[in-house]
Amino acid sequence: MELEAKVAVITGAASGQGAAEAALFAQQGAKVVVTDINERGAEIAARLGGAGHFVRHDVGEQADWDKVMRETLDRFGRIDVLVNNAGVYKPASLRETDMDLWDHHYRINQLGVFLGMRAASDAMAATGGGSIVNVSSNAGLNNVPGIFAYASSKWAVRGMTKLAASELASLGIRVNSIHPGIIATPMLGENSAERLKFYEEMIPMRRLGTPDEVARLVLFLASDASSYITGAEVTVDGGIG
Amino acid sequence: MSGQLTGKVALITGAARGIGRAAAELFAREGAHVFATDVNQPDEPFLDGNISFSIMDVASEADWRQTVQAIKTKHGGVDVLVNNAAIGGSQLPLAEENVEDWNRVIATNLTSVFLGMREVLPGMRARRSGSIVNVSSIWGISAVAGAAAYHATKAAVRHLTKHAAVTYAAENVRVNSIHPGIIATPMVLEDQAEETSARVVAATPLGRMGKPIELAKGMLFLASDESSFMTGAELVIDGGYLAQ
Repeated sequence: MELEAKVAVITGAASGQGAAEAALFAQQGAKVVVTDINERGAEIAARLGGAGHFVRHDVGEQADWDKVMRETLDRFGRIDVLVNNAGVYKPASLRETDMDLWDHHYRINQLGVFLGMRAASDAMAATGGGSIVNVSSNAGLNNVPGIFAYASSKWAVRGMTKLAASELASLGIRVNSIHPGIIATPMLGENSAERLKFYEEMIPMRRLGTPDEVARLVLFLASDASSYITGAEVTVDGGIG
Repeated sequence: MSGQLTGKVALITGAARGIGRAAAELFAREGAHVFATDVNQPDEPFLDGNISFSIMDVASEADWRQTVQAIKTKHGGVDVLVNNAAIGGSQLPLAEENVEDWNRVIATNLTSVFLGMREVLPGMRARRSGSIVNVSSIWGISAVAGAAAYHATKAAVRHLTKHAAVTYAAENVRVNSIHPGIIATPMVLEDQAEETSARVVAATPLGRMGKPIELAKGMLFLASDESSFMTGAELVIDGGYLAQ
């Protein structure tokens, strides 16, 4: 029971990695606030019984973060873990990217992470600390062509994580980024068959990762097992590096 | 999540004290049969019946062959290898270092890692399963003055790990590196200049040294199936030192 008596907020948890994390965290003893712009998140929370709670959430909206924090504290009394998992992904090169596409990725993938860290840090500081896990990507460590706005946002998350780790350490808050490679989630459906093949050929382990394999890394970073780990960037990518 | 290593056979070098010892004890609690080795006897004997200790020189090809063969005969093979043994050496800066010390540090910290991986790989590849954890350091990623040979070996271990990872990934043998920061171990408390340690702690966001058990937990995570899609990864356990 790695998260006994802990309260975790997981954004983008209606599907994919986020949903896997919600299930795993609850299994490990946590109370989980499932957030997503998609109301299907309510089903994920319902499966957790009394340990789950759903909040409809646009991570780019400050008012929604206020609501998430308020409902988390009202329902469960504290917040120990925040997983900034919500993300959007639409392939386009730099010159193919218009303002709308840029802004879409910026809002959810980068602004959302800033708002989340800022919102959670007050409540975490009040209870002596916590753990924030930001989902970046292999595309936030390397040059992956053809996904300019997405990759830009993920490079940003990598850096923001380190800045936050330095600043929030004195409040007892650890902040780490994870860098998943190619994982079998609905997000993969945004890729053409050709792009998917290009990705698959990059993987030394010759297979896609599963949402559960990512969830286990997030669990490790969320729990006290990683008590001396902060500001780290951890890949879970079958060897892409 | 108890029993993360149930039924697994783990070989941990440099396990007489410090991080290696903490890992040996943790792995045994998690259900592994642990072969703990070191060039020195432990100060206190291991109490857990699932830990077997033997003297081993990690720079010796013959010692590696003998140790791994014995494990293969008794237990079928090594599932987890933790290349943890290392020395600081003279800790002299480059301009003052001598060749004898340089070679000794290379042999103990780097050649050992090559020899160990080479010895366990055939069994792991045949079983299409295995996890190797190589201990590098924050000094394998960043640099300070002093300990030239140590820096060089830790950087090399980091990179050799990635090479091994991509080479054997398709056969489901995972290889990852761990990068401890300043940890309260005999190596640091006895051998490292107090001034150096104090300076690093002052620059560490979490404001303290790490504890051996905190490193052991990172090793456990990489050793077990919890990290089944991780290979070629660097797990930095440094209280945020490198994030600055």
